[in-house]
Amino acid sequence: MTEHAIALTINGTLYRATVEPRLSLVDFIRDVAGLTGTHVGCEHGVCGACTVTVDGAAVRGCLMFAVQAEGLAVETVEGLTEANGALSPLQDAFIEAHAMQCGYCTPGMLLSARELLADNPDPTEAEIRDAIAGNLCRCTGYGQIVEAIQLAAARLRQGAPA
Amino acid sequence: MSQMNFPTFKYIGRKRRVKEDRRFVMGKGRFVADIVPAGTLHVALVASPHPAARIVRIDVKAAEALPGVVKAFAGADIKADMNSMQHGVDAPNIDWRPLAVDRVRYAGEWVCAVVATSRAIAEDAAELVVVDYETTPFVIDPEEAYRPGSALVHPAHGSNILFEREFVWGPVADDFARADAVERYQVYWGRSSTVPIETFGVTARWNPGDETLDVWASVQMPKYQEQIAGALRLPANAVRVHFDVDVGGSYGVKRGLKQAVLTGSLARKLSRPVRLIEDRLDNMTGGDAHGPDRRFDVELAYANDGRVLSMKLRALDDCGCYPGRSPLQLGKPVGAIVGPYTIGSVAYHAISVATNKTSQVAVRGFGQAPTNYALETGIDRIARKLGIDPVEMRLRNLIPSNAFPYRIPSGSDYDSGDYQTVVKLALEKASYASLIAERDRLRSEGRIAGIGMITCLEPGGGNSAFEPLFNPKNDTTTWMEGCTVKVDLSGAIVCLMGTTTAGQGHESLVSLVVGETLEREPDGIRVIRSDSMSAVPSNSPVASRMAIMLGGAATKAAEIIRDKLIAIAAHNLGAEPSALAYADGDVSVADDPSRRMTWSELVTIAHRKFHLLPPGMDPGLQATNVMEVPLGGTLPTADGVVQMYPCYAFETHIALVEIDGETGKTTIRDYTIGHDCGVVINPDIVRGMIFGGVAHGIGAALMEEFAYDAASGQLLAGSFMDYVMPSAHETPTVKLVEYCTPSPHTSHGQKGAGEAGYLGAPACIACAVNDALAPLGKAAMQLPMRPSALEALIADARGLT
Ligand code: FES
Ligand code: FES
Repeated sequence: MTEHAIALTINGTLYRATVEPRLSLVDFIRDVAGLTGTHVGCEHGVCGACTVTVDGAAVRGCLMFAVQAEGLAVETVEGLTEANGALSPLQDAFIEAHAMQCGYCTPGMLLSARELLADNPDPTEAEIRDAIAGNLCRCTGYGQIVEAIQLAAARLRQGAPA
Repeated sequence: MSQMNFPTFKYIGRKRRVKEDRRFVMGKGRFVADIVPAGTLHVALVASPHPAARIVRIDVKAAEALPGVVKAFAGADIKADMNSMQHGVDAPNIDWRPLAVDRVRYAGEWVCAVVATSRAIAEDAAELVVVDYETTPFVIDPEEAYRPGSALVHPAHGSNILFEREFVWGPVADDFARADAVERYQVYWGRSSTVPIETFGVTARWNPGDETLDVWASVQMPKYQEQIAGALRLPANAVRVHFDVDVGGSYGVKRGLKQAVLTGSLARKLSRPVRLIEDRLDNMTGGDAHGPDRRFDVELAYANDGRVLSMKLRALDDCGCYPGRSPLQLGKPVGAIVGPYTIGSVAYHAISVATNKTSQVAVRGFGQAPTNYALETGIDRIARKLGIDPVEMRLRNLIPSNAFPYRIPSGSDYDSGDYQTVVKLALEKASYASLIAERDRLRSEGRIAGIGMITCLEPGGGNSAFEPLFNPKNDTTTWMEGCTVKVDLSGAIVCLMGTTTAGQGHESLVSLVVGETLEREPDGIRVIRSDSMSAVPSNSPVASRMAIMLGGAATKAAEIIRDKLIAIAAHNLGAEPSALAYADGDVSVADDPSRRMTWSELVTIAHRKFHLLPPGMDPGLQATNVMEVPLGGTLPTADGVVQMYPCYAFETHIALVEIDGETGKTTIRDYTIGHDCGVVINPDIVRGMIFGGVAHGIGAALMEEFAYDAASGQLLAGSFMDYVMPSAHETPTVKLVEYCTPSPHTSHGQKGAGEAGYLGAPACIACAVNDALAPLGKAAMQLPMRPSALEALIADARGLT
């Protein structure tokens, strides 16, 4: 299989690699860049565990090839934590509301929530449920995830740094 | 969540962040797929396309010729290195191997494992493996499998019956004779499962230097290391299962025995680490992780005032191909066979049969949720016949609060409860009268709406008494759990638990009960999940048992340390231990608080100053407790009477649903739960368990099924597109009210909560749907209640078919 040289940034760091065209973006993130915070649940675009943002838009890392991300800026859960180790208000709200159990869906959930709050600082419960409806969580029944996103939205509106 | 009637503790029961959450929001969880030892090889699997066939020939030449492929193994290539895996029932002639040998017994069964330097290459090579089969007769329908003359899944076993027993507890015949009427019905619980978002995965590394096998697995399995060792003919002290793997959800199913035996044998053969991370198709077809699939025939004998006197229950469970421990899922319900009701006698005919389907494994509640569904359906049917309100019907049958401990006909003592109060609180929370008004308003607009109200129990802390009950050759009477607590020279506390964790918050649990006992800040207590060689015994987080058992063992270990600190202080203060007071780790003379020693002084003496220790005391500050299940330890009687669980949590669910008359889709408009699991240790964890269990129950009630095509024997659900699970859209906001009747048998009054929500939600939704269908003269008696099925019933009622 012909391999392609690609370059993309993940959380601001430039990664260059030569990859098969069939390599998915999530496999690139996990296996080539070594960032294992992004998870894989189905590899067919339903569960949302692999959600990352590409140039600011939430995408499913299993439905995009790494070669398609050439030149683009990818963000993963590891990019949510500040360089000094401080958690973002969204991460902190997820802890405060205990918006997880096993933590497997959590990275994808955080990135979908972040995209929502970037577009809509004061979402209704229905809008929150809509925004995370593409992320399956088998543990929580979503109640505390909705609470966490409401809490993060309120704190961000009060001026917590994004 | 405010809990009513709650005793006061220093740390327990108060809002506190869950210890585990920080690593997960940072993306720093350590799941099995994240652990890749140097030189790891990857497995891809070749699966059988046939439900039953003889394997005529396996040709791996083309696969092994592919660059990057190390070797391909068929079942026969590894058979000589291992024993058959062991079952939980008496079935010695059912040979159970990780890869099929000679015959395949279900579509999806693993036939060949290809090992390569990457999963992608292994998958490419798996497609090049050629297998010739000669198909043989198969059986998909469990009633057919049960009948004489059926095709046999395991001819060497002689029949398809894996377990069958008829229990009679109490005067069933007399109670039926004196009843005013008998309600007879059949219900079917469809084949669903827990389906965690993380599939099962395992990495095994053989260390030739010390001849040990390291295993990292996404597992929740009692006695995993012993079972792996037994199958691989290794001493159990040669298998090190690492418990510090974060498990991405389990709820029972992450058993992974054949996967570990397979990778372990390949790692040993190749002297390289080998890993198998199931993809979703592997997981759903060959991963042996389906759940109960159960047909019930029920007869309820009742009086005209609504009291249910007796029950006859026949449960036929379709176990799929290999039994493992799965037939025991007919056993857990024995410990709560009458639910929360005063039913005085029971006949229970439990049957587990093998079919040519993917094997079943433990699912949240271990068979209790289907049984609750079967019973609640009947309670509602009687209420409807007698014209009694469903709530009133329950109130007439609930065990009264002054009757505890309450012995049920099958021999278990229910520990404590006040079911009537929980129901009352839940009705208030739900605004039950306005809920009825809303249902009736919807109906008056021609819409199809219904209310479900159910009550049920969550048995917790099981002693595995169903093992001897279901297998006379097995005389297990303990299901112990251990914990070690250590205080180091600096005064910092480390606790060791001996099992993995899959989101239940065990680190938070242990730190809270140890913090409570030693009166030290829980956030500063570190909890380590050690490995199978360094840990004290554990039976893993099954059976809603960890708050009871791990919490109990950790408490007792901490109490030993507290007693030791008091003894050191008594020796140095020249006082009797009984004259001392312990507070926040410091010890003082109760009558003269100026005479006191601090935590740090006492810890320092234990670690450095042998000359200040009481005579005969060992240095250091550590303690271990291995705890037997409260009330456990006895074998069943010959007629199958036994104490099974120490603790019984209670829950009531109230739901309003609406069914779209055109599409048959059910929407949940309102959902309330009243819950009592005794003392809640961390409120956010318990809340999450309930909410998650309800969502899972909604899936089982309305959406999820591993359906099979009976003609071809093929599984029809191999992806999340045809096995549909509830998203945030299908899951309602749940209103919750917590009440507390402490258990007298546990360290702090706690009961189990790991199966909460799920044990009642399917029953509640089914009752609500049937309330909605009742005005149409229809009843839905099968889960999942898919839109297509409900739409057909509605169309029929409206004369549209
Ligand atoms: S892994 Fe990408 S959506 Fe499931
Ligand atoms: S926290 Fe386990 S899947 Fe969401």
